[in-house]
Amino acid sequence: MKRQAGFTTVAIICFVCLYAPIVVLVAYSFNAGESIAVWQGFSWRWYAAAWENEEVQRAAWLSVLVAVQASFYATVVATMAALATTRNKAFRGQTAVFALINQPLMVPEIVTGVALLIVFAMVKVATGYNGLGYLVLAHTAFCIPFAYLPIRARLEGMDLTLETAAADLYATPWKTFRRVTLPLMWPGILAGAMLAFVISLDDVVITELVKGPGQDTLPTYMLGQLRRVVTPEINAISSALLAVSVVIVSLFFLLNRKRG
Amino acid sequence: MDGSVRDIAVEAENVSKIFGSGSDEVRALDDVSVGIQDNEFFTLLGPSGCGKTTLLRLIAGFDHPTKGSIRLAGQDISYLPPYRRSVNTVFQNYALFPHMTVAQNIGFGLEMQGRSRAEVRETVGNMLALVRMEALANRRTSQISGGQQQRVALARALAPRPKVLLLDEPLSALDYKLRKDMQIELKRLQHETGITFVFVTHDQEEALTMSDRIAVMSSGKILQVGSPRDIYDRPSERFVADFIGDTNFLEAEVAGKEGATARIRLASGVEVEADLPSGMADARQVTVVIRPEHAALAPAGQGELQGRIANIVYFGTDTHYHVDLDTGGQFTLRLQNPRGGRELHGEGEPVGIAFEPGALQVLRD
Repeated sequence: MKRQAGFTTVAIICFVCLYAPIVVLVAYSFNAGESIAVWQGFSWRWYAAAWENEEVQRAAWLSVLVAVQASFYATVVATMAALATTRNKAFRGQTAVFALINQPLMVPEIVTGVALLIVFAMVKVATGYNGLGYLVLAHTAFCIPFAYLPIRARLEGMDLTLETAAADLYATPWKTFRRVTLPLMWPGILAGAMLAFVISLDDVVITELVKGPGQDTLPTYMLGQLRRVVTPEINAISSALLAVSVVIVSLFFLLNRKRG
Repeated sequence: MDGSVRDIAVEAENVSKIFGSGSDEVRALDDVSVGIQDNEFFTLLGPSGCGKTTLLRLIAGFDHPTKGSIRLAGQDISYLPPYRRSVNTVFQNYALFPHMTVAQNIGFGLEMQGRSRAEVRETVGNMLALVRMEALANRRTSQISGGQQQRVALARALAPRPKVLLLDEPLSALDYKLRKDMQIELKRLQHETGITFVFVTHDQEEALTMSDRIAVMSSGKILQVGSPRDIYDRPSERFVADFIGDTNFLEAEVAGKEGATARIRLASGVEVEADLPSGMADARQVTVVIRPEHAALAPAGQGELQGRIANIVYFGTDTHYHVDLDTGGQFTLRLQNPRGGRELHGEGEPVGIAFEPGALQVLRD
């Protein structure tokens, strides 16, 4: 391949812009001092502080609780949607269905957030329910396309003759699904679930609008903290969240490559 | 065929299959009736799009007939789902389950039938031995060669001991040498298991070498059913004669009849006796066919036809002579090469062509 003049330079600038702030953020999470701008030596103190901070604990636990439930429901729905849109012959309005399923990718998050806020307010008035269900439901909704895409990709690469062969070998439709379709689409389902989990874990905008009192997730808690005194504790929490996301996304890519 | 009366394993009765509707309508099968006997190696032969795979899919239950019925051992199975028929298929691309080992693949059908663990293990062992794959039982299907996958696909389909085994062009993905080996292997498996095989192919050589009987198909119809020898020596229609082997077509007229035998006057004026096919009793103009190896060169002036040698092509085992006929058209002869033989004729030489007695076949069209 021919090298384009200046291409390398542009690439380096892009990478610096992308990663320098993150490097700075992570570096200052180890600052011994109280400042997020003046280096005063290496220390784990802010990680310890974050670890012992009960509010952080509660927010982190809530994040995981919401992400686990939302990614589970989203994956179940996405699996059914993927089966419906790939197993059957092309039907009228199929493109419209794709667009509908992937709607959360296109509608601005703030719009979804405001819409949910209004509808949930009505529901709250009508039912009096104030629990975590709203957050789980909202997260499930915007996680569906992220779970759907890898599952559908997996299904599209699958040989339909395998299901015909199973039926030929006395497997009922349910047994065919259990013994052939599901095991073969499993890597896609896992990948979809992981992606949905990370997306739910990271969400700020919709959560900020939908959450009830005392329902801070880790990201909204951090947002709240930023409005007050900023210490390297916020760097430490950010770094930890980053680490979790990186690990899960890496697993996702590994899973897609290994079985793809 | 050995001539004895055998039970019918599969029977199609007036089966039509229409795909699509209106102007997109495709008649994949058009009023097909055929009976396939027990313990028979039966081949559906025809070019792509002739309906042979559609008929196979109807027998397997992957599609259902638009009209007519399919019977398996006397029972109407036209609308039975595939998992309720004692019919198994060897797929063109094998369709082995990639997430299972060789042994798990072979055992799948038995497991689905609800056989006991011990029985599954025993049958899988027998099947592995039958296709000589014992050493690879625990391999993934992606870790074995194409020929081995073929054997696993066969073993998997044979393991539940179906009444009928369907094979959808299973040899087309193999290279020439392996294909030859598998042809012999398939014949052996059919003999050893005694299961009825229904084999689909577009390869006439495959059909001729392996089959007990062949059904030649074209445009959704079965044109002729018979033993390989019947089909080759006694083609009833132009398509069959043309599709299988090389053949010479001659226009002729019926000069007289004695019972089913007719005197056929060739363009050269020579009269030859040949059987008239049924339904052709009133025919005047007919097309007759004769295979290139069923005629010999004769001195000029002798034999049934006269001409001049246009060219000679040497093939090792035999030599092909293309003769321009005096009455127009060309005639091909294929003569065996004797040991130490040499060219007895030269290009441009006038010759006669002598038919073997009874070699002439009248077509039904």
